[in-house]
Amino acid sequence: MRIINGTDIIVKFLKDTKNTTLFGYPGGQIMPFFDRIYSENDIRMILVRHEQSAGHAADGFARASGKLGVCVTTSGPGATNLVTALANAYYDSSPVLAFSGQVSTWLIGNDAFQEADVVGCTMAVTKQNYQVKDVNMLGRVFKEAAYIATTGRPGPVFIDLPRDVQVAETNITDPIPDKVELVSYNPRVFSKGASLQIKRALDLLFNAQYPVIIAGGGVALANASKELEELVNLLHIPVVYTLMGKGVISDDHPYVLGMLGMHGRKRSNFAVSEADAILALGTRFSDRITGDLSHFPGQPSARIIHVDIDTAEIGKNVPVDVPIVADLKLALQEFLEQVKRRLADQKNGTTRSWWYKYIKELKESSGIPDAKKPGKTGRVIPEKVMFELNKILAIDDIVVTEVGQAQMFAAHYLNIKKPRTWISSGGLGTMGFGFPAGIGAKVAKPDSEVWIVAGDGSFQMNLHELATVKSNDIKVNIIVMNNQYLGMVRQWQEILYEKRYAYTCLGCKDGKYFPDFVKLAGAYGLPGIRVEKPEQVAGALEQARKSDQTCIIEMAVEPESNILPMLHPGGALDMFYSRRKEKKSIYDWYCRLPRTESEQHGYKVERINKQEDDVAVFFEDES
Amino acid sequence: MTNENQQVCIGMLVYDHPGVMMKITGMFARRGFNISSISVGHSERPGFSRITIMAEGDDATIEQIIKQLHKLIDIVKVQHLEPSRTTMRESALVKVLVKDNNMRQEIMTLVDIYNGKVIDVTSKTMTLEIVGTQRKVDSFIELISEIANIKEIARSGVLALYRGEESITLD
Repeated sequence: MRIINGTDIIVKFLKDTKNTTLFGYPGGQIMPFFDRIYSENDIRMILVRHEQSAGHAADGFARASGKLGVCVTTSGPGATNLVTALANAYYDSSPVLAFSGQVSTWLIGNDAFQEADVVGCTMAVTKQNYQVKDVNMLGRVFKEAAYIATTGRPGPVFIDLPRDVQVAETNITDPIPDKVELVSYNPRVFSKGASLQIKRALDLLFNAQYPVIIAGGGVALANASKELEELVNLLHIPVVYTLMGKGVISDDHPYVLGMLGMHGRKRSNFAVSEADAILALGTRFSDRITGDLSHFPGQPSARIIHVDIDTAEIGKNVPVDVPIVADLKLALQEFLEQVKRRLADQKNGTTRSWWYKYIKELKESSGIPDAKKPGKTGRVIPEKVMFELNKILAIDDIVVTEVGQAQMFAAHYLNIKKPRTWISSGGLGTMGFGFPAGIGAKVAKPDSEVWIVAGDGSFQMNLHELATVKSNDIKVNIIVMNNQYLGMVRQWQEILYEKRYAYTCLGCKDGKYFPDFVKLAGAYGLPGIRVEKPEQVAGALEQARKSDQTCIIEMAVEPESNILPMLHPGGALDMFYSRRKEKKSIYDWYCRLPRTESEQHGYKVERINKQEDDVAVFFEDES
Repeated sequence: MTNENQQVCIGMLVYDHPGVMMKITGMFARRGFNISSISVGHSERPGFSRITIMAEGDDATIEQIIKQLHKLIDIVKVQHLEPSRTTMRESALVKVLVKDNNMRQEIMTLVDIYNGKVIDVTSKTMTLEIVGTQRKVDSFIELISEIANIKEIARSGVLALYRGEESITLD
């Protein structure tokens, strides 16, 4: 009889399930596992420089590939460093399997060296977690963990592995069960939703005058982009997306208005404010997209159809008229079937011409600002970087963002055409996510060019991963939008705190931009380019693309540029800070929507007046 | 639907794993839900425990509580136990300070009325056991506090099962 130990079972599981790319960092209590894979040619371990990055890289890998991302760390600090990454994956529903070493079972609870209650620490930020105390359970736990992470609403699963369990021997013949048997877990893998509910949803949509679709990250997770596009083409309903939903339908599609919410496009926010029927797909109506819940939806009579795989998300933040709990891909297929049947029976075309005209003109009225001119201090404005990046982006290129202004500029202006080519930290808003996640994305899709859009603040949170890309020959392009500020917080301080820039300036007193990111790249043996003038942007991006190594492009951008519009915190979707220039045309349109007379002269108009007088602050257009 | 706060009883069948209670109470704490009582013990099936929680909130909150409980993977079944279809019991041990025989007599009369028991007696104290609905236990405690000084109370939390054939089991 063959004797195997715990690490053999883990390696067998990883190979059987083809999860052979790992991100990790070794340490005392996980040494048996690292030693076991040292001689294993089929397993690729990418050594990062901080455990948080291992988690983010696995997360980025999962988002780019749609497969499970795996990371491994040691006990104590190694595992607690993972917590942020797990929380990030949890909020954005990313399938990550994380495991870490633990002190041996007989030491647990004794406050041993590098012991931490990581099962306790990760409980609130994982879909499920385990501590394995019996080597014969290892196979079952790993199998179960991977199943839970990847099915239903995906999410991270954490496994705590005491050292003695890793080395414990067993003669068990089938260490890994063929099937997962979990009576308590029904991930609705085959659920297309009740067809009667879908019929009700279509009744609403067909009768609506001003319908709109909100597409969330769930559409990407369910791989339902094709179905969504077909539905939009058949129904001619304008689409807005959440930050997580960017890319689920091409930004070039004529019915796509852009991002919704806090820093969403005005036209998207107006479309949702005006809508009388909302079809929400795979989104959780977070506070970033609804604004003030007492004013959501903007039209009190609007009806909401919510399709989601997670029952608990339906009705959590906003009351729903037609709830549909389903796998989005299957549900949308059922939608399509019913829509086709209806359209075949129906001769007349649409009666919603006003709405389309409104949407079309809204879309035409705003575009990327004229970015040729430099900003007030002669530096590049962020819009210019996005404008040039758009020109160079190929369809399969992956854009990964850090968090803050740079992220919002990218979300606002970049044309993303395919799902899983836009990777951003949405729910948790983790600064330091982008760079390691970009590494994970590149490892998952080596043939795609990866562009990391970072601010100087975010990039400095995990910049040590420059060592990882150098030593593993991973090529990503890092655009550091250096404005010497924590730009997003500074923008809030400018607008809401009377320009008291409390602890948001990252620069030096002498005013010179620092640190020198080109020199920093040099320290890691990587090329760096500095861009100080608008006309240098395009060339720098091209140069980075051609480089065969990771390249840092330091864009010295206008220090006090703002990403606008921005909703008034706590306000409704149509209360925002904006540039003066755009104000009039938008309001013109807003008032011209053919409502009943009482609506035009009553409630709505009142709110517009209130907004202009009391709340909104308008900025002069900088360009 | 009401927007007023109400107490509801939630019955659960859960895996008998370490940490399950922490996951449940952690979820309540994290999401700002209120638990008024919780009771746990083995169920009829080895490897599974039964938990009864009394929770407080408006309709929307209660709905969220049940959905979020359902999402926890260690919980096999969750149901809102409606009072009309449910039998509920709670037990309490009440230790009172006794001054004189007169008081002792009065206490014993009250215990008798409530079908309770005296389970421990010393020269200065009596420990009383009472079983019944939450309301019955509440009213017993209220009345006893008018007669004697209460030293300690231990309550079990509510236990509940569906009436009749209906049940929260695996089969």
